[in-house]
Amino acid sequence: MIHSLFLVNASGDIFLEKHWKSVVSRSVCDYFFEALERATEPENVPPVISTPHHYLINVLRHRIYFVAVIQSEVPPLFVIEFLHRVVDTFQDYFGVCTEAAIKDNVVVVYELLEEMLDNGFPLATESNILKELIKPPTILRTVVNTITGSTNVGEQLPTGQLSVVPWRRTGVKYTNNEAYFDVIEEIDAIIDKSGSTITAEIQGVIDACVKLTGMPDLTLSFMNPRLLDDVSFHPCVRFKRWEAERILSFIPPDGNFRLLSYHVSSQNLVAIPVYVKHNISFREGSSQGRFELTLGPKQTMGKAVESVLVSSQLPRGVLNANLNPSQGTYTFDPVTKLLSWDVGKINPQKLPSLKGSMSLQAGASKPDENPTINIQLKIQQLAISGLKVNRLDMYGEKYKPFKGIKYMTKAGKFQVRT
Amino acid sequence: MSASSAFIDEKGGSASEPEYGHDPASGGIFSSDYKRHDDLKEMLDSNKDSLKLEAMKRIVAMIARGKNASDLFPAVVKNVACKNIEVKKLVYVYLVRYAEEQQDLALLSISTFQRGLKDPNQLIRASALRVLSSIRVTIIVPIMMLAIKEAASDMSPYVRKTAAHAIPKLHSLDPDQKDQLIEVIEKLLADKTTLVAGSVVMAFEEVCPDRIDLIHKNYRKLCNLLIDVEEWGQVVIINMLTRYARTQFLNPNINESLLEENSEKAFYASDDEEEEDKKDEVAPLAKRKPYVMDPDHRLLLRNTKPLLQSRNAAVVMAVAQLYFHLAPKAEVGIIAKALVRLMRSHSEVQYVVLQNVATMSIKRRGMFEPYLKSFYIRSTDPTQIKILKLEVLTNLANETNISTILREFQTYIKSMDKDFVAASIQAIGRCATNIGEVRDTCLNGLVQLLSNRDELVVAESVVVIKKLLQMQPEQHSDIIKHMAKLIDNIQVPMARASILWLIGEYCEHVPKIAPDVLRNMAKTFTNEEDIVKLQIINLAAKLYLTNSKQTKLLTQYVLNLAKYDQNYDIRDRARFIRQLIVPTDKSGALSKYAKKLFLALKPAPVLESTFKDRDHFQLGSLSHLLNAKAGGYQELPDWPESAPDPSVRNVEVKDSIPDWSKCTSRKDRKEKKAEKPFYSDSDGESGPTESADSESDSGSGSESASASDESGSGSESGEETESEEEEEDEEEEKKKKRKKHLDKTKAKKPVEESTESEQSSGSEERKRGRKAVKNQKSASESESESESSESGDESEDESEEESESDTDIRKKKTPVSKQPPKQSKKESKKETQEMSLLDLDDFEPAPASAPVTPVNFMSSSLVSDLEGLSLTDTILAPTTITPSGSIKMYELLHRITGEGLAVEYCFSRQPFSPDPNMVAVQIQFTNNTNSETKNLHIEEPRLQCGMRIREFAEIDVLSAGESVTVVMGIDFCDSTQAANFQLCTHTRKFFASIQPPVGELMTPVFLTENDFKKEQGKLMGMNEISEKLTLGEKCVNEHVIVERVTATANLSRVPCGSDKECRFAGKTVSSGCLVLVTVSTKEGGRAQLTVNCEKMLIGTMLVKDIMQALSQ
Repeated sequence: MIHSLFLVNASGDIFLEKHWKSVVSRSVCDYFFEALERATEPENVPPVISTPHHYLINVLRHRIYFVAVIQSEVPPLFVIEFLHRVVDTFQDYFGVCTEAAIKDNVVVVYELLEEMLDNGFPLATESNILKELIKPPTILRTVVNTITGSTNVGEQLPTGQLSVVPWRRTGVKYTNNEAYFDVIEEIDAIIDKSGSTITAEIQGVIDACVKLTGMPDLTLSFMNPRLLDDVSFHPCVRFKRWEAERILSFIPPDGNFRLLSYHVSSQNLVAIPVYVKHNISFREGSSQGRFELTLGPKQTMGKAVESVLVSSQLPRGVLNANLNPSQGTYTFDPVTKLLSWDVGKINPQKLPSLKGSMSLQAGASKPDENPTINIQLKIQQLAISGLKVNRLDMYGEKYKPFKGIKYMTKAGKFQVRT
Repeated sequence: MSASSAFIDEKGGSASEPEYGHDPASGGIFSSDYKRHDDLKEMLDSNKDSLKLEAMKRIVAMIARGKNASDLFPAVVKNVACKNIEVKKLVYVYLVRYAEEQQDLALLSISTFQRGLKDPNQLIRASALRVLSSIRVTIIVPIMMLAIKEAASDMSPYVRKTAAHAIPKLHSLDPDQKDQLIEVIEKLLADKTTLVAGSVVMAFEEVCPDRIDLIHKNYRKLCNLLIDVEEWGQVVIINMLTRYARTQFLNPNINESLLEENSEKAFYASDDEEEEDKKDEVAPLAKRKPYVMDPDHRLLLRNTKPLLQSRNAAVVMAVAQLYFHLAPKAEVGIIAKALVRLMRSHSEVQYVVLQNVATMSIKRRGMFEPYLKSFYIRSTDPTQIKILKLEVLTNLANETNISTILREFQTYIKSMDKDFVAASIQAIGRCATNIGEVRDTCLNGLVQLLSNRDELVVAESVVVIKKLLQMQPEQHSDIIKHMAKLIDNIQVPMARASILWLIGEYCEHVPKIAPDVLRNMAKTFTNEEDIVKLQIINLAAKLYLTNSKQTKLLTQYVLNLAKYDQNYDIRDRARFIRQLIVPTDKSGALSKYAKKLFLALKPAPVLESTFKDRDHFQLGSLSHLLNAKAGGYQELPDWPESAPDPSVRNVEVKDSIPDWSKCTSRKDRKEKKAEKPFYSDSDGESGPTESADSESDSGSGSESASASDESGSGSESGEETESEEEEEDEEEEKKKKRKKHLDKTKAKKPVEESTESEQSSGSEERKRGRKAVKNQKSASESESESESSESGDESEDESEEESESDTDIRKKKTPVSKQPPKQSKKESKKETQEMSLLDLDDFEPAPASAPVTPVNFMSSSLVSDLEGLSLTDTILAPTTITPSGSIKMYELLHRITGEGLAVEYCFSRQPFSPDPNMVAVQIQFTNNTNSETKNLHIEEPRLQCGMRIREFAEIDVLSAGESVTVVMGIDFCDSTQAANFQLCTHTRKFFASIQPPVGELMTPVFLTENDFKKEQGKLMGMNEISEKLTLGEKCVNEHVIVERVTATANLSRVPCGSDKECRFAGKTVSSGCLVLVTVSTKEGGRAQLTVNCEKMLIGTMLVKDIMQALSQ
């Protein structure tokens, strides 16, 4: 399976290596660097690179390449998924997954990698189990450890390993028992020039933060479970129960986790929360282009559209943009040609707009492509699909937990073609 | 923090390294290196753990950055036995990294690991094995082998898992051990815990993937366990099972080809064989379909399906490929949705998924058609994703959706990403060749692109147009003309070459322009790229043949230029063509055919996807992704007997069965029987497990036949009758029946008796006599129920009196056998009443036989009474008299720590009347001092959330030397967490804590056999825990087992139709969840324990406890 792992930063330096079998020389990464050079964009490096004796599988997260070295046949997704799990674990432990954080915690990172793989095969990847084996570093604990000489490493087999609920550790205690669920939906859409929707779909997730004592058994039911077309579960969810009753029944892991991700059936019409009026034009022969953009709320169910951010990759021929936003601020990077406009909240009475001119390279012919406009936005307290949680019950424990459900809608990959 | 400082340290070190590099001659690099490591050595040698830790952290930081730290080996290896666990772990990390280089020194550490292998802590055992197997030192191969073998039969599944991991390590170190390792794999494959399953299959795949025969026995078990295995194991198991299924089952889609050809014949021809195999045919006969899916094939498909909902993309992909390779066409569609879902994931995941979707969409286009829009391309996608999406869109294009797809393509052509634009143009070309209706539209669109400003776009269009024109050149001479004009402007060699080829090929359509083009090209010949030069020669040759008048000289000129070209290909070509076309005296017969050779009608190129036929690689595999065989790739075998031969199915059954079992015919039969549930009911929830059980039974040896009979005799009896039709098995069937009949009558007896016993409430005498017969079968539930109501009444009565004299009554309420004199007259009166009550039912021997038993109102004299009676009975089983002492007394407060006050408690197993959700705990206080103890009571209970305590009423006075017993109730909330409280006397407070064994958290429930089966059927999957065990020496018969089980857990026996199986039922006290226990015994002292309980934690703990009790 996985032989070795190399961590490569944005400038192409290997700053960490770990081997699970015999040592593989780091020169194997040269093939990766070659591919890196060939790729125009950092994300265009092929995830699987074949070399004479090894295969390199890499993922890019947080501007760090995680390059795994493979020697024989293994499902590539297996490795990719595992590498992402490693990144998630680092993020869970250190808050961020940056080169600096990894370097600062190099010993914990090494201990984690040692536990996560044995001979290249995943051993413990559940964060609850890992946290019992290796406690996450906190300032307090480091201080205590240096004074008392105690360690970050658990001496007992994590309780989860042997139980049928490996994602949960036993003996969890909280003074405030609380369970929060965030229903977050993202709209993926492509809107064409004329403003009609080419494709739009809603993807949602339910993220949970559960801090409950003991072994609670939770059930979560929806008012309208039929909306959910395709779902994927955290392993804790009892599938049969869902199949039979459309109820989520589970013993939750301790802490933060993603309970469910879903796709709303495509039969339902997707409400598009904003519309864009645009007029971007270049005239033949002149070195000026016109840029006009106006945003307005469309179907928002009466909620305010917030944190709107518009970005667009302008054609290469554009030298500079001289624009005037009616609200918010805009930036234009003349090197990458990326225009981004931080709009903030949309006020339906006074629609935000961005108008002005673009200067083009003198003498160059008019660019024949029109930029696409990417929009990010947030709508609080609304799940755009209309999904509603009916109730959350707890069994198995006697206390009364505090329960909270939050809804939010975001724009996912929301593009307007011009 | 310390780690970070270590890192900075190292940084400082590395910064100064180049300096050494400048002056290697001075030896500075060695001395300074030596010096730097010197302080590390000192730290490692110190006796302070913190210094050692610091040093190890710095060393690990060095390793992490790829710096060589091997010279520290001796200093580090010394610390392998360090007490500090973190130091130890880091030493392990170091060892695993460098042991291979320093084999001799590494041997120093071996003894530590060997000691670790015997440690009582399973984590230490496991990690010792892990390191031992990871250090890759060849000398210790025998030690590793031994350790692996031992660990493979370790109690702890975690250690067994580690053993499974160690197998491939040893195999790569010394392939000669393969045979022994396969034995270990075989053993571990039989393991029933989900923890082990994934790892051992991984080992199987690495060591002996071709030993498919090892899987047979475990196939069903693996299918059934699959959903509970951890996700990485799932991937490995699914991939292995895919290959397995390909060798064992028939192609489910064979029908389609068969039906077309000769379904009729196929059907009739198979008739005679159907006789033999009738039960296979039962279901399909009705439907009149020649293909029958093997139920095991169906089992695999059914059990993997829920995993499409996994959060792990690798699992979803594994299931998807399994369905693609194994499922009937009609069912493959379900994977599309899940695969489309994965496209929301990280771009690397998208990349792999799209590759696989591209391959699938060629074979099964319909599957992804509904999701067409999910493959639309966004400008923010990475180029490689865009190109793959384009591939999928092209594959999905058909007459109905082509217009929308082309509209999409139009926007793609305007993209800024030129590679993507080029790919889009090619995609348009492919759509145009595949779908005749849109060919003209596409061609027109592409021609428009010829006026694009971007040369790349134009060039790509030219290439595609060339291919399209080949299909129908006659109608498009104007396009050729247009392109001829373009040649002056286009610089891209491929495009120029394409245009030249077109003009040459269709020079008859453009007779005027062609020579002119050649003239122009001859001028620039020397400056052209090689492919263009070749096409110029080509053009010249073709023109010479068709229009030699105008072009003869030009051709000569071009050929002369080519003759002296630098490229030998071009020189060769020129020479060859000259000989061919220019008629000379010497020229051979070929020149006659020159025209035919050059102007032959060329077939139009077929524009194919690069993903065509990639599905001969297992989808989702690395080899598929690379389209080349990767090392260690296991070919996906073809379906057996794929020829559309009508007898294929039957042959397969014959073929596969000997394969399957390689053992007695008996087993075959069982195999079939296990399959039956699938035919008889489609939902078959219990089917797979049932069959899995009998599967494991059969593994255990010859005796197993009876075991399977037994399972058949119960719930499956309906199917039995069905199977009687079976002709070939008739004889055996009859035998079995007879035996079953016997079993049944045997089984019936106790049941009858117990029912009888319930009816006859009168005569004590008779009951007592009979007690011995069925003591163990006791329907203790009914007993305890009646008792509970009784005691409930009593306590109510008593609570009225309570105010009068507390102590007295408390004694009455809970008389302990230890102090018979305390029993008042009043009690003895009740005692008789109680006795008759007891006698109404079979009474449970366990509490009664124990002399210390604290059963309410049963004095020890009564017990001895009863025992005396039973002793006289001849049918008496020896167990009745063994005072099992099943009710254990636990110490709450020792005499010394309690300053003379000794407190013991036990779980009386009586219902706690004031609150049925509480467990009754009987507490006995003994005052060993010379003075009175007063005001005994409980204070400050500190409880886990949800737990409750009902305290006993305060004991006013406990005089010297006296004992008193009280009952308190604790609601443990079905957890084994301790209830903590303080015991207070008038002078002191003592901290006390009561922790219940899991068996005490339940109360018996009376179930009939059918109810039991029904309930058990509801508690499958995650709720079922099954373990194999070897019975202890004393567990000679059923009675002992029953006794042991009931002693461990407060359960009641469920009547059962077989003497090989004991069933018990109970429910948890607090939440009332059912707890079902089954112990089935087999020959040789082996047994299988199954616990079904919705509360999985309780189930697991219970299994552990019962296992322990039974194996003693």
